[in-house]
Amino acid sequence: MKETREKVEKKFEKIIEVKNVTKTFDDVTVIDDINLSIRKGQFVTLLGPSGCGKTTLLRMIAGFETPTNGNIYIENAEMTAIPPYKRPVNTVFQKYALFPHLNVFKNVAYGLKLKQIDVECVDKNGQKTTKKRKYTKAEIEEKVNNALKMVGLADYGHRNVTSLSGGQQQRVAIARALVCEPKVLLLDEPLGALDLKMRKEMQIELMKMHKELGITFVYVTHDQEEALTMSDAVVVMNDGVIQQIGTPKKIYDEPANAFVANFIGESNILSGVMVKDFSVKFLDTLFECEDKGFAKNESVDLVVRPEDIKIYPADSDKGQLSGQVTSTVFKGTWYEMEIEANGYEFTVQSTTEAKVGAYVRLGIKPDGIHIMKKLRTVNEFFGVIDSEDTVKFCEGYFQFNNVDNLEKGTKVKVSVPFDAVTLTDDEEDGIIGGNVTQTLYKGTYYQVQIYTDTDEDFYTDTVDEWDIDDRVGISIAPEKITVEKIEEDGDEETEL
Amino acid sequence: MKKLSFKQKYFAFPYAFLCVVFVVVPLLIMLYFAFTDFEGAFTMNNFMYFFTESDTQNVLWRSIGIAAIATVICLLLAYPLAYFLANSHFNKYAVLVVLFVTPMWINSLLRTYAIRTLFEMIGLERGTLAVIIGLVYDFFPFMLLPIYTTLSNMDKSYLEASYDLGGGPLKSFTRVTLPLSVPGIVSGVLMVFMPAVSTIGITEMLGNKDVYLFGNLINDYLGEFYTWNIGAAYSFIMLILIAASMLITNLFGKEESSVGGAL
Amino acid sequence: MRNKTFKTVGWIFIALMLAFVYLPIIILIIFSFAPTSKAIGNWANITWSADLYAELMQNEGILEAIKNTFILALTSSTLATIIGTVGAVGIHKLKRRPKAIVNGMSQITVVNAEIVTGAAFMLFFTLFPRELEGFPALIIAHTIITMPYVLLSVMPRLTQLNPNLYEAGLDLGAGPLRTLVTVILPQLIPGMIAGFGLAFTLSLDDYVISKFINGDVQTISTMIYSATKKGIPAVWRAVSSLIFVVILVMLIIMNMAKRKKEDK
Repeated sequence: MKETREKVEKKFEKIIEVKNVTKTFDDVTVIDDINLSIRKGQFVTLLGPSGCGKTTLLRMIAGFETPTNGNIYIENAEMTAIPPYKRPVNTVFQKYALFPHLNVFKNVAYGLKLKQIDVECVDKNGQKTTKKRKYTKAEIEEKVNNALKMVGLADYGHRNVTSLSGGQQQRVAIARALVCEPKVLLLDEPLGALDLKMRKEMQIELMKMHKELGITFVYVTHDQEEALTMSDAVVVMNDGVIQQIGTPKKIYDEPANAFVANFIGESNILSGVMVKDFSVKFLDTLFECEDKGFAKNESVDLVVRPEDIKIYPADSDKGQLSGQVTSTVFKGTWYEMEIEANGYEFTVQSTTEAKVGAYVRLGIKPDGIHIMKKLRTVNEFFGVIDSEDTVKFCEGYFQFNNVDNLEKGTKVKVSVPFDAVTLTDDEEDGIIGGNVTQTLYKGTYYQVQIYTDTDEDFYTDTVDEWDIDDRVGISIAPEKITVEKIEEDGDEETEL
Repeated sequence: MKKLSFKQKYFAFPYAFLCVVFVVVPLLIMLYFAFTDFEGAFTMNNFMYFFTESDTQNVLWRSIGIAAIATVICLLLAYPLAYFLANSHFNKYAVLVVLFVTPMWINSLLRTYAIRTLFEMIGLERGTLAVIIGLVYDFFPFMLLPIYTTLSNMDKSYLEASYDLGGGPLKSFTRVTLPLSVPGIVSGVLMVFMPAVSTIGITEMLGNKDVYLFGNLINDYLGEFYTWNIGAAYSFIMLILIAASMLITNLFGKEESSVGGAL
Repeated sequence: MRNKTFKTVGWIFIALMLAFVYLPIIILIIFSFAPTSKAIGNWANITWSADLYAELMQNEGILEAIKNTFILALTSSTLATIIGTVGAVGIHKLKRRPKAIVNGMSQITVVNAEIVTGAAFMLFFTLFPRELEGFPALIIAHTIITMPYVLLSVMPRLTQLNPNLYEAGLDLGAGPLRTLVTVILPQLIPGMIAGFGLAFTLSLDDYVISKFINGDVQTISTMIYSATKKGIPAVWRAVSSLIFVVILVMLIIMNMAKRKKEDK
């Protein structure tokens, strides 16, 4: 009984803990107050779009960057300011970083030659002591050869690293890191430079190695398929914040928010209203669902995976929606179809084909609908009253209705609902300008994220489609801006 | 397509022609002079002077020795300087590198004249020490630039990989940074040693009779028309010396980049 | 803490080296205002004046040498730039073997000791009439020794050039020569400018080769070199100081212009 408890405890032992870590580079926050713990022996993937902070997080665990705030623990020991060469972790670098002046063998042997190992010995008085010593040549040779064998490069020791193919260099990089017997292996997009076939092969091999070695892998990737197939746990990140942590299945089936749903897999994301527990209304249709605990008539986001939509003949009484097929593509084992119903274009995967132009019925079962809380519906900024009818925020002067007659110079909190923000094609037509960084189709409208020149995010719900990286102007109807006076000693920070 | 590039390659002709006429032919003429006597008959005597007279040989050894000392001092000064300048803290100040390299653009005789003025002021006698300092002063930027270039172009991830594998700052320097900067060191050594071993102006401006070097010897033989043949022969020896030092550094550079398989 | 020590040591070392590089130049400039030849070191007995500069303005030999130096440098580096650029375009297209041969030949003067190149040129020109000595021989020699540097600055730009660029020119209807001039040449201009600058300074710098073949023509370098044996007249302090200042100011302006361009 006791033994099993120990086992269980061991199984859930934390090996890496990231506590309240923030990292800023030149005032730009790339990691924003992250907490994360990784259990021993797990294969954990940090997943997110480029620039989400995943690589920075990995580099802080490796010791190449120090957090601006917060702490990092490895095996319960504080490691925040410990240099990389004193940490029990090793890294496989994005572009391998194999030493060009050393051959394959010497590259792999590099870490071993530097390593000090503890040996127990008995001194004259019969007391046990530990001494430090280096590996002998024979030991190094054996370990290196075993490592090379493990990655399938047994006879490549004498080869020049620059003469190897990308895949082979990758294997040397893995062998070089693993031969040091790290407690945690960190992999920074290690397969990014390989072609598709090679990547698939290496994925399988890495999973095999993880199983055999039993050590913890922390793997950074922007490829969601890679993350889902390889990991025990996936950490989805965006904008320096963790969006969701969970098993691949949970992340796919129950995305925590619209970002995760959109980023992971194909999905139909819609906006709806919870009429009551187990009942949601979207596209003017009532659907049964498995979610409860929302406020009555609460506005929600919801996701329906393409394979969870069933197609029935048009004259069938099954299904809840009627639609027309607008396109159909054969994907090898299934058909991917676009079907328009009540103004929303569903992506549907099915093994049976429906011809373009055909009318069909669409059915979604309760377990195919996943309800997510809407993150926010209102933009909030800190601003200053500039005149009797203008307020300054994000370096722009916006007209508003000064109902409270606030004086010039008053610091205020400004709230702008997502649907009150108007985007203009010409940047000059808006009050301020910015770049479109994300757009998310929510069934009847797009949620567009704009990154302003003052490093702030504006969200807007709009029926128009915008392209990523478009320059746009932002303007807001005066009556939609609400301001609220804040205390004078409130700090200057403009982000919420 | 092939026809088009066929035409373009004829553009190389004038360049190649000039090289043959004004580089290869003069060297062949020099060779002819080296193996003939004043009358134009074949002889090995010009070289004999060199091999029989220990004085002449001593001049050569002294040249090599002084050039080697100057090269080593240049390296010892330039490497740490390049290391600092390439470091992320200092390389924000791009003007620093420019300041160090600027003297390369100034006439070397005039710079030697400047340091001679300094020597006069502090009372340093003309002689071997003055010549060595002068050589270092004149050729230092040629050592700095190639080393700085290799160090600042070095991929930072190599150093990170070394830290990651357990190498501290010192070990990482000796095992990664230093070997990877060998190409820069090699070209720096060549760029300092070769002009130093054959200099004539620096010795004449800063030296006395004790620092009569091989370049001066050749120069003096070439100065009188009846010793042209010996001058040509000694130029030929200098040519071989330079070719040899190129070869040695080349071998050294290559060996470093493809270190053998055994542990 | 350790980082701080590193920075302090670094700054001290950099400062010392800067002093080593610039102190002689500064001292020479200071003493260019001390007209007597015995002035150096005797701080007490110096009467400061600009007499040396006045002397320089009246010294026709030196003024002539300055003129010669610039005519020679300008002519030979222009020729070297043209020949080197055209050569680079051609050599770039050569097959491996002939390419290696031409490259090898062009490297000879680069790696060779100046005294050996000078000896070879001197012996070579003895085969021709004496009239060739002076400007013709100097221009030929300076062009030959500087053109490899133009090649070295232009070649990398050629190899980095997108090979489709040339094909695009042909595809859009320009003939091979026209494509070369309108498409390829503009890409080479930065390399040509760098090569020209290098050729120009090398020409200004040379005395070892020039003094063998200059006949009656004196340049700044040959003049100061021949003066070393007799003792350099004090007026050269003014000449050197002027040249130092002119070159330093030129380089500062060039760097500032470059920085401004990069900022944009």
